[in-house]
Amino acid sequence: MDYFYILTSLAKIAALLAVVLGLMNYSVYAERRVSALIQDRLGPNRVGPAGLLQPIADAFKFLLKEDFTPGHVNKFYYWLAPCLAMIPAITTLAVVPFGSTLFGLPMVIADINVGVLFVFAIASLGVYGIVIAGWSSNSKYPFLGGVRSSSQMISYELSLGLAVIPVFLLVGQLRLTEIVRYQIEHGWMIAPFIGDWMNIGKWLLAVPMLISFVVFTIAIFAETNRLPFDLPEAETELVGGYHTEYGSMKFGLFFLGEYIAMITGASIIVTLFLGGWHLPIPSLAGGFHWTYFDGSGEGWRGIAGGLFNIATFFAKVILLLLVFIWVRWTLPRFRYDQLMRLGWVFFFEIALVNIFVAAIILAYFPL
Amino acid sequence: MALTVSRPKLNWKERIYLPAILGGMMITFRHFKNMLLGRTKVTMQYPEEKWDSYMPEHYRGAPALVRDLSGRIRCVACQLCEFICPPRAIKIVPGELPGDDKFAKVEKYPDEFDIDMIRCIYCGMCEEVCPEQAIYLRKDYAITGFTREEMVHDKAKLLELGGVMEGVVLKWNEKK
Repeated sequence: MDYFYILTSLAKIAALLAVVLGLMNYSVYAERRVSALIQDRLGPNRVGPAGLLQPIADAFKFLLKEDFTPGHVNKFYYWLAPCLAMIPAITTLAVVPFGSTLFGLPMVIADINVGVLFVFAIASLGVYGIVIAGWSSNSKYPFLGGVRSSSQMISYELSLGLAVIPVFLLVGQLRLTEIVRYQIEHGWMIAPFIGDWMNIGKWLLAVPMLISFVVFTIAIFAETNRLPFDLPEAETELVGGYHTEYGSMKFGLFFLGEYIAMITGASIIVTLFLGGWHLPIPSLAGGFHWTYFDGSGEGWRGIAGGLFNIATFFAKVILLLLVFIWVRWTLPRFRYDQLMRLGWVFFFEIALVNIFVAAIILAYFPL
Repeated sequence: MALTVSRPKLNWKERIYLPAILGGMMITFRHFKNMLLGRTKVTMQYPEEKWDSYMPEHYRGAPALVRDLSGRIRCVACQLCEFICPPRAIKIVPGELPGDDKFAKVEKYPDEFDIDMIRCIYCGMCEEVCPEQAIYLRKDYAITGFTREEMVHDKAKLLELGGVMEGVVLKWNEKK
């Protein structure tokens, strides 16, 4: 272990954490503003210009509130649960490549070869926070919320895992940087325009990829407890579900952990299906072809390219977050049996068949 | 008796739900777009934008005492408003004008005139009953204060709200 590696990694962790925490705060703000606009209201517009300082006011409110622990809870687990809800969501971001290179450093904190398996392993730990919160609160509604959450996670993690298999059949690697590299050479998974784009097999393969994308996105909705799948919270039926007994910053950790999980989910979707940090730019020099910027240039070009890639990645993530918000304020909540049926009877089967379709296409149309 | 409710048969397009979901998302997007472009009417932005200019002529706001053109308080402390006031918000302490006063012919004036704005119900009966046309309901509606004491309008405050009223009864003029 050399000091250079450790120091640069720490710097990257600090920078990514700062960006993601900022993004999280403003996604809460965006949630409130966009929902207001969708419902013909204005939303929070009082704190600062256009309400842009609202997240800071919210943070102060959470921090300054009395930190109350009810008498009937299991103290140790009650305190542990909010941490367990927050930590896995942030940890997952370690393997996501959020840019190409900057100052010659790869813009990913840990480029490990198990890539997406690590994501699944850590992301599914997030359910422990909810289940433990529901159980340790020692009252009815949180308990129901926790139980619902665990069964929901089990049913949707299956289709989540199965939906990405076509991607790995195609790329042959689990390393997320390699998946991005593949998409730069051969075009994004759901829109393969780059490279040898006249190949019919590639377009046939885009169909299972699109199905994978849809199933994966819906499973991410369920995984992050977003409406239409927010059964564990279900304000109207479970009065807040697993975090009914929580207040002040402990509730804040659950709440923000959910938004971090959303950001993580969106980054995984962007990396797997939407080309990661890559943005194709049409070029006419020497016949029409696609080119792109990255951080490999000399001097300021390299730095500008690296920063541009990071901006591209986060722009894609923000667009996906807006879609998450848009869906939330459009669709009503599923009934519990409908949710289970959807998970086990539809998405599981669709994802399974999709793997075979992708495999057959790969076998008959070698790329 | 149990009643079997017949459920509507859905065709395949309705059964996969996706067209309906996309339709719903288009509706919410249209609302979003219209709000962004400012085509939707929204509520008035209160402290910046007030409805003072839209207020009708007959609006009944806070009651106030008025002065006449020569600066005399029109009120002669007859206490009719105190008597009529349904929530008993008005308290008057009448006083006698000294003999050398410019308006000594009028004889009486209010020494103290308090209206408790926590009690006031803005009914306008004081204005209706006043024989001197000395008390009017003005258009002030944002009456606020941090304490109960602050919410009691005394004579000075009432005169400040009322200002000078022109025209109408001037029956004391020739006797002044």
